[in-house]
Amino acid sequence: MAAVKLYGPLASTATSRALACLLEKQVEYQLIPVDLKKREQKKPGFLAMQPFGQVPVLQDGALTLFESRAIVRYMAEKYAAQGTIGLLGKSLAERAVIEQWMEVESQTYNPPSSFLVFQLAFAQLWGIPQNQTEIAKNEKKFSNALDVYEKRLSESKYLAGDEFSIADLSHLPNTEYIVKATGKAELITSRKYVNAWWENISSRDSWKKIREMSEAGSKK
Amino acid sequence: MAAIKVHGFHASTATNMVLCCLNEKQVEYDFVLIDLLTGAHKKPQYLALNPFGVVPTIQDGDLTLFESRAILRYLAQKFKGQGTDLLGSTLSEEALVYQWCEVEGQSFNPPVSTIVSQILVVPRRGGSTDEAAVEMNIEKLGKVLDIYEERLSKSKYLAGDFFSLADLQHLPHTHYLVSACGKGDLISSRKHVNAWWEDISSRPTWQKVAENMKVN
Repeated sequence: MAAVKLYGPLASTATSRALACLLEKQVEYQLIPVDLKKREQKKPGFLAMQPFGQVPVLQDGALTLFESRAIVRYMAEKYAAQGTIGLLGKSLAERAVIEQWMEVESQTYNPPSSFLVFQLAFAQLWGIPQNQTEIAKNEKKFSNALDVYEKRLSESKYLAGDEFSIADLSHLPNTEYIVKATGKAELITSRKYVNAWWENISSRDSWKKIREMSEAGSKK
Repeated sequence: MAAIKVHGFHASTATNMVLCCLNEKQVEYDFVLIDLLTGAHKKPQYLALNPFGVVPTIQDGDLTLFESRAILRYLAQKFKGQGTDLLGSTLSEEALVYQWCEVEGQSFNPPVSTIVSQILVVPRRGGSTDEAAVEMNIEKLGKVLDIYEERLSKSKYLAGDFFSLADLQHLPHTHYLVSACGKGDLISSRKHVNAWWEDISSRPTWQKVAENMKVN
């Protein structure tokens, strides 16, 4: 079967979210870089694939698919029988709880953590002034969410139950940046169960591979 | 079999998304009012069901589930054999449904919910509408709707030629935008978006829900 094509820079959280799933499912892929600095994602060739001008995009035969979380769901379903089993649970009820925590990531974890990552890790690099009021607001929002996660993970090894799922996977990219690049790692490390969960999921082969690829890329 | 319990609030867009889906799937339910105006959603009894203290939450037998979009996917999968098919007929069609569901959640919802919140909710809580925030989000929403216009000029519904969860997710906020915020021109000025809106909002399953969303 021909390899799927994933368009996007590895540094993009959405791109690494999709790639993590491809790696968990052991799907053959080609990672095609997109140069965000040169605004390649806003050029006609890219917009023809993704009209919102955002990364990543997946091409699988005749199907062109965007939105990283949709790509994750599609890959987990299509390749359910290979790679890491159980990413979508073993029953409809298990899947439902996985979807619930994926939505929590999408609607409650992602907005404040993305904001903090952008402001604290990237804004200065790109000459954009930091907004301290908004940083404080988002840190509070993120902390409040993490308190709920702490309680949940004190009762459950992974977010949706006893097994690693796409719900945990979805959290990898933002959390990596929070811990490594914002100076706010203690948001994660100060919470016993959140920290244990983070240490666990980020030591998976798939995420180790993405870290290796990132390091190799940054040495060029 | 016990009916599904929906804990929600009649004016909540997320609650109404779920009620519309239950109607589409022809599933009976019991509605349990969580009165946001009295802070019922932050009381221990409700937090035991949903630790984030937001509506809606459903109970289906042993399963307690929150996040409206996750509830939608659960209902669409569990009741696949009855009512409207909301996930397409192939894996590829389903993938496109998920894609446009994500677009709603990531690109449509943030600006539209800010507009609706500023115009409808903030004044009712004793605050005043941040007009600059409204203008900024109208512009953002306009850009998103321009892309929808292009898409809907080639496709009857968002994911293809079939009504799906992706279209359904847009109903509650667009309803408020058009009928209670006075921003209907955002929709009516775009030919294909307008036709799509007229179509999906005229579904009887939606009209039943919309009746309970009248804003005084």
